[in-house]
Amino acid sequence: MQRIGQQEGLRAKEARLKQLFLGALAGDQQVYQEFLRELSAHLRAFLRKRLISLPDEVEDLVQEALLAVHNHRHTYDPNQPVSAWVQAIAKYKLVDLLRRRGGHERLTDSLDDYDDLLVVEDAEAGQARRDLHKLMDDLPDQQRLPIIHTKLEGLSVREAAQLTGMSESAVKVGVHRGLKALAAMIRGQK
Amino acid sequence: MKTEEFIHLLAADADAVPVHADYRRFAITLMSGTAGAFLLMLLFLGIRPDLMTAAAQPLFWVKVGFVVSLLAASLFAVLRLARPGAVVTTLPVALALPVLVMWLIAGTMLGNAEPDQRLALFLGATWATCPFLIALLSIPAFIGAFWAMRGLAPTRPRAAGFGAGLLAGSVAALVYCLHCPEMQPPFIGYWYLAGMLIPAAFGCILGGRILRW
Repeated sequence: MQRIGQQEGLRAKEARLKQLFLGALAGDQQVYQEFLRELSAHLRAFLRKRLISLPDEVEDLVQEALLAVHNHRHTYDPNQPVSAWVQAIAKYKLVDLLRRRGGHERLTDSLDDYDDLLVVEDAEAGQARRDLHKLMDDLPDQQRLPIIHTKLEGLSVREAAQLTGMSESAVKVGVHRGLKALAAMIRGQK
Repeated sequence: MKTEEFIHLLAADADAVPVHADYRRFAITLMSGTAGAFLLMLLFLGIRPDLMTAAAQPLFWVKVGFVVSLLAASLFAVLRLARPGAVVTTLPVALALPVLVMWLIAGTMLGNAEPDQRLALFLGATWATCPFLIALLSIPAFIGAFWAMRGLAPTRPRAAGFGAGLLAGSVAALVYCLHCPEMQPPFIGYWYLAGMLIPAAFGCILGGRILRW
């Protein structure tokens, strides 16, 4: 009975996350933020469980996985469970980290059960060791300035365009390319 | 940066995302790869002069059917391999099936042939060049398939590279049918397959290097 109850709970969670994600893919920022926040809690617990001897890496990996989800969200197929899609990305990033660590820690489970991600939750954010602010300093101006003005200082695209003398579409493209470049820098840093 | 702050940053970049980016990318790959292979074939090889007569024979269509089914299977494979969390356990069977059917036909044919004819059925007249010409024609589609993969999210980079290479190889083999004088299943089932596996093997190696993200 308990098993059945848990299954239903997971199904409801999957349905909720999917609804949020589809809204996000349609361009709704508010919904997207909610989705990312819930997702980060699942990712954190999922990764913490598997990085027992590397607890300091967890929050960095949560951020890296969120960035990967963001940069690759065009590969999601609405016919598949969101949890399967996200967990495959988290697993990919996790295996990548463990491989770099070269046998520091081995995966103890096969990670094939896609319900895993939804079972656990941890909203308590840890301290990220990697400073993304610092990494962003190395981005070229046409990517760095749009990110700083529109994302961190909360200006609109138009205001940022006026401030930097860039066109509005250049500001948008700059943010987009900047986030891709950021993922590449995180990868290069390892 | 705190994760909460980072989430704000990402959410602010939430422009609407077009659906089926994968279909579009591989459609472009197929169109440009076919056009590229066709151009290379016209430039260096030429269409076989008796194409119309050849096309009247069932064996020509057995050959085309083999190549098209591998093309379909590898397209199915790359679409799965480009998307995180997609089911990939069926892919080996899907890819092996056309080959096994072709080998069954080829084996039956060799079994029924006179013993002194068998080697000729297998080697044809062009075995020494066939695989390399197919590999040559696959270059445009190979570039296209890797471009498509790099814009998506393969979580198994080597398998994705293999699939991309096989897709390019089967596009090339299909175009090569317009030039190639060979029709016998024992030849096609081995040398065509070898030609398609050259870009696939190359893709497997390259995938482990450049398809990571």
